[in-house]
Amino acid sequence: MSTAQAHVSAAELAQLNKPQRDGKYWAGLIAGIVGMGFIILYCVLPFYWMVVSSLRLPSDGFSTDFLPNPASVENYIAVFAPQNMFGSALVNSLIVSTTTTLLTLVFGILAAYALARLRFAAKGIVLSIIIACSMFPGITLVIPLFKLFSGNYPGFEWLYWMNTYQALIIPTLSFGLPLAVWNLTAFFRQLPVELEQAAMVDGCTPGQAFVKVILPLAAPGVFTTAIITFIAVWNDYMIALQFGTEPQMYTSIVALSKFTGQYGFDTPWGTIMAAGVMITVPLLVAVLIFQRRIVAGLTAGGVK
Amino acid sequence: MADSQAPRKAKKNPLSDGQGGLAALLISPTMAVILFVVGLPILMSIRESVFRTNEGVDPNTGMVSQGESFVGLQNFTDIFANPSLVTGNWGSIDRLLNSFINTTWFTIACVTLETILGVAMALIMAKAFKGRGLVRAAILVPWAIPTIVSAKMWGLIFAADGVMNKVIGQQILWLADGPQSQWAIIIADVWKTAPFIGLLTLAGLQTIPAEVYEAAKVDGASAWQQFTRITLPMVKPALVVAVLFRTLDTMRMFDLPAGMIGFGKYFVETVSTLAYVENNNLRYGSAAAYSIILFVYIVFVAFLFVRLLGADVVGDDEVRAIADQRKRQKAAAKASGTKAKLAKTTVTSGSASS
Amino acid sequence: MTQPRTTRRVIAAALTVGALLATAACSAAPAASPAATGGTATAAGANWDEVGPIVYAQGKDTSGNLKAQIDQWNTENPNEKVTFRELSDSADEQRAEMIKRGQSKSGEFTVMSVDVVWTAEFAANGWLQELPSDKFSTEGFLKAAVDSATYFNKLYAMPSSSDGALLYYRKDLLDKASAQPPVTWDEMQAVCDKVLPGQSGMSCYGGQFQKYEGLTCNFAEAINSAGGAVLNAEGKPTVNTPEAVAGLTWMVEGFKSGKIPKEAITWKEEDSRQAFEASKILFLRNWPYVWNISNGPKSKISGKIAVAPIPGKTGPGVSTLGGHSYGISTFAKNKGTAMKWINWMLRPENQKQQLQKASSAPVLESLYADPELIEQFPYLPMLLKSIQNAKPRPKAVAYGDVTLAIQDAAYAALQGQKDPQTALNDLQTKLESLIK
Repeated sequence: MSTAQAHVSAAELAQLNKPQRDGKYWAGLIAGIVGMGFIILYCVLPFYWMVVSSLRLPSDGFSTDFLPNPASVENYIAVFAPQNMFGSALVNSLIVSTTTTLLTLVFGILAAYALARLRFAAKGIVLSIIIACSMFPGITLVIPLFKLFSGNYPGFEWLYWMNTYQALIIPTLSFGLPLAVWNLTAFFRQLPVELEQAAMVDGCTPGQAFVKVILPLAAPGVFTTAIITFIAVWNDYMIALQFGTEPQMYTSIVALSKFTGQYGFDTPWGTIMAAGVMITVPLLVAVLIFQRRIVAGLTAGGVK
Repeated sequence: MADSQAPRKAKKNPLSDGQGGLAALLISPTMAVILFVVGLPILMSIRESVFRTNEGVDPNTGMVSQGESFVGLQNFTDIFANPSLVTGNWGSIDRLLNSFINTTWFTIACVTLETILGVAMALIMAKAFKGRGLVRAAILVPWAIPTIVSAKMWGLIFAADGVMNKVIGQQILWLADGPQSQWAIIIADVWKTAPFIGLLTLAGLQTIPAEVYEAAKVDGASAWQQFTRITLPMVKPALVVAVLFRTLDTMRMFDLPAGMIGFGKYFVETVSTLAYVENNNLRYGSAAAYSIILFVYIVFVAFLFVRLLGADVVGDDEVRAIADQRKRQKAAAKASGTKAKLAKTTVTSGSASS
Repeated sequence: MTQPRTTRRVIAAALTVGALLATAACSAAPAASPAATGGTATAAGANWDEVGPIVYAQGKDTSGNLKAQIDQWNTENPNEKVTFRELSDSADEQRAEMIKRGQSKSGEFTVMSVDVVWTAEFAANGWLQELPSDKFSTEGFLKAAVDSATYFNKLYAMPSSSDGALLYYRKDLLDKASAQPPVTWDEMQAVCDKVLPGQSGMSCYGGQFQKYEGLTCNFAEAINSAGGAVLNAEGKPTVNTPEAVAGLTWMVEGFKSGKIPKEAITWKEEDSRQAFEASKILFLRNWPYVWNISNGPKSKISGKIAVAPIPGKTGPGVSTLGGHSYGISTFAKNKGTAMKWINWMLRPENQKQQLQKASSAPVLESLYADPELIEQFPYLPMLLKSIQNAKPRPKAVAYGDVTLAIQDAAYAALQGQKDPQTALNDLQTKLESLIK
């Protein structure tokens, strides 16, 4: 794995270069390697099981062989069977995730800049509200929103938004935004104020200083936030399930949860696993490429 | 004015003084979204929670009387006044109470295990071995898998004839409604999130300078002493925030019990899934009441975290400074016996109305 | 239901004037949502002459037969097109979708495929159009199926498919031991005692015992087959009678003695079918769909199975009735087309096709004697007996609560948390409060 070079700090190098390699050292080394092996197995084995299960014949759904025997891609073909509409669900997922991420970034950057750089009276309240938002149980919001969006709330009949993109996107913003504001505020705070001051001395307005100086410097942070938001939205189930009830509006996660087999009562495990692999693998690739940034972003925000 | 008493902060920012209007403009889109998709539903939930859908059936026509009636706090007090008894892991108790205890138990069990495993992982990864990048890549796998996919995946693993029973060589019926299904949920949740705590802790560990350990070694500190006296205190800020967020997240748990075990299973019913079931049975009042109870519980726990463990969730110098100042003023007011005049802001010029 | 005291009312008015106004609006005149298409709401006023495009909502059409039939209709009736809205395969989600439409008084689904156990709830809430007998004839229909679509002596839906339980067994093993298919529980035990010693890893019997709707069906069958009833003729709960206790005790004893394998507590339809095909059980209680699969080319026991009516305590057992009906939304437009289409779908040739292509049992009694069909589906006479004998599940408006209460009691007893008598006493109390 090209991205997997070990990052070795100077202190650690010194540790490695120590001449005395006694029994204790070797014991530690072996324990460490065993520990790392354990972590890798712990993380990857269940996922391996998902991959293996997806590569069996559809009729071998419950097989417990550790290798698919015989191996088959029939499950992957079945995922794209017309009745599952998985292709259009993937497109919906992309539309919803991308739009939500972009909106989150725009709104989040504005709010985060104000929170990180400006002084205003209600800052404590605003921060508390935004943090409180990340504490709401999704179910508290989804139930009344459903009533609202199904045109069933007196006075709000015009808000009939079922099976529209805005019904999938706007509620999701409430989950993405706190996280984004949070991360971005942390990133903006790390940048020295003197940079803007210098820009303003050179004749920039505060807005220009922000766009020309701060934003480019904060790009890594913005990028991280984008990835994390995208993954959170891509993985959302509750909102997508409630507001997209027509097959044409399913996101890939919802489509997966509604897969059916060739007859009633049949749960096509292989197909579900194959779709799960297909939904997850692009995320995994992105995560592996950008792992350093994601770790940095998660650390700044401390949010899932 | 309280402002005049405000201590001058070291990082006074001349750029941004008096920019309340600009701040309001910048924050308004975010606040508008929050008002619409959080504020409005909350108000609707609160209203809904004091009503109850009429359920009476006309004995002649069999028709349900339509509409709702105002029932005050009955949706909340029914837990005592009119309990609906179910038998889960905690004896025969009210269904809401049962799901509440389940939620609490899942939160305690999952977060404790996740933290222990996560910290252990971080300690292992902090050792400078080759292949740390590989471990870090592997650790992101559980995090990136959508919860509902992970629920299905574990459902397959935990099936009666599934691979878990094959590996451990026992016949445990993980998916039956019993104590073992709680462990199925806990295992699946810990799997997905322990690596996440591990990553955050690792980041905290890497900020500890090696010299500190060298010095401790010179002083003759044992490995355990180094861990409890240096490592833990140094990673505490990062860890507490991570644990706080995992706690709040676990308290809302929905996808895992719903996707893996199903609804109406009292051993794994959480407040979230119960509210969903009530909603599906057309009892919007109690559904709203339960979700409000859950929200209040979550806020309460978050408050405890901030108070007891000092979780710094806001992380803003200015807000912290105001809070400190208020504390000092309160203390001073208490001492002098007058009512405290609390600081509102440190803004020194311009409009503070926003 | 609740009689708010005056004081409370005053407080309410003071606190939530706006909210109360809103409620008043709710209960008095339903606010028209954009989706509500202004159909006529009363049975008397239903306009059966209004024609035009309609929407039919049903769970997944896995065989494609329904789509083919709708295509045929649409070609023949270009001005009264039917659009098929395919819902999830999960019954709970189908119900949730229909309830959402009913709650919001939406006529989006003109015709809905209503599960037999939803009829009471949908009808009582006024979401289903009452069907006049001069427009919808149920002559020649299975009586049990028609009964399941009736609520308070009024027909609210037209039966479209029926379902009854069958006892599948390993004919090869029974023949080897020269045993006859059992009629009673004791006979089944005797056959097992004879056959099982020669079979390693095989248990006697299996059904659906996971905590879900299937458990309600299996529980009701055990109780009815022992001479008991969940509700008596007057609709009052009678689950703590000695007969009912005997029925549940039979299930509990099955688990205790190992006659039913332990893991069956996690089984739904498919798990039990797979166990049957893996030779883990000798007898299987399941629906007709199993026949084509277990007897199909991919099955390990193809050609080795046969079907019998389910056994009972002293004679043949009593199946739980399953199936679906076509219900017309009260709020929908074009009820005339809906009527024509439903009656067209219920023609014998369409019902026959439905069985042949989608393995869904017809509601026309005559088809069960059709030689061509019996050749293809040898279990048909058995199924007819099963359905004719079958009893419906309780017709309760709050069916979701009733079925959960039943599952609670049965599951606790099966897991040994409560003895059958206690479990059923508790259930009796619970049902009395739910069914008034």
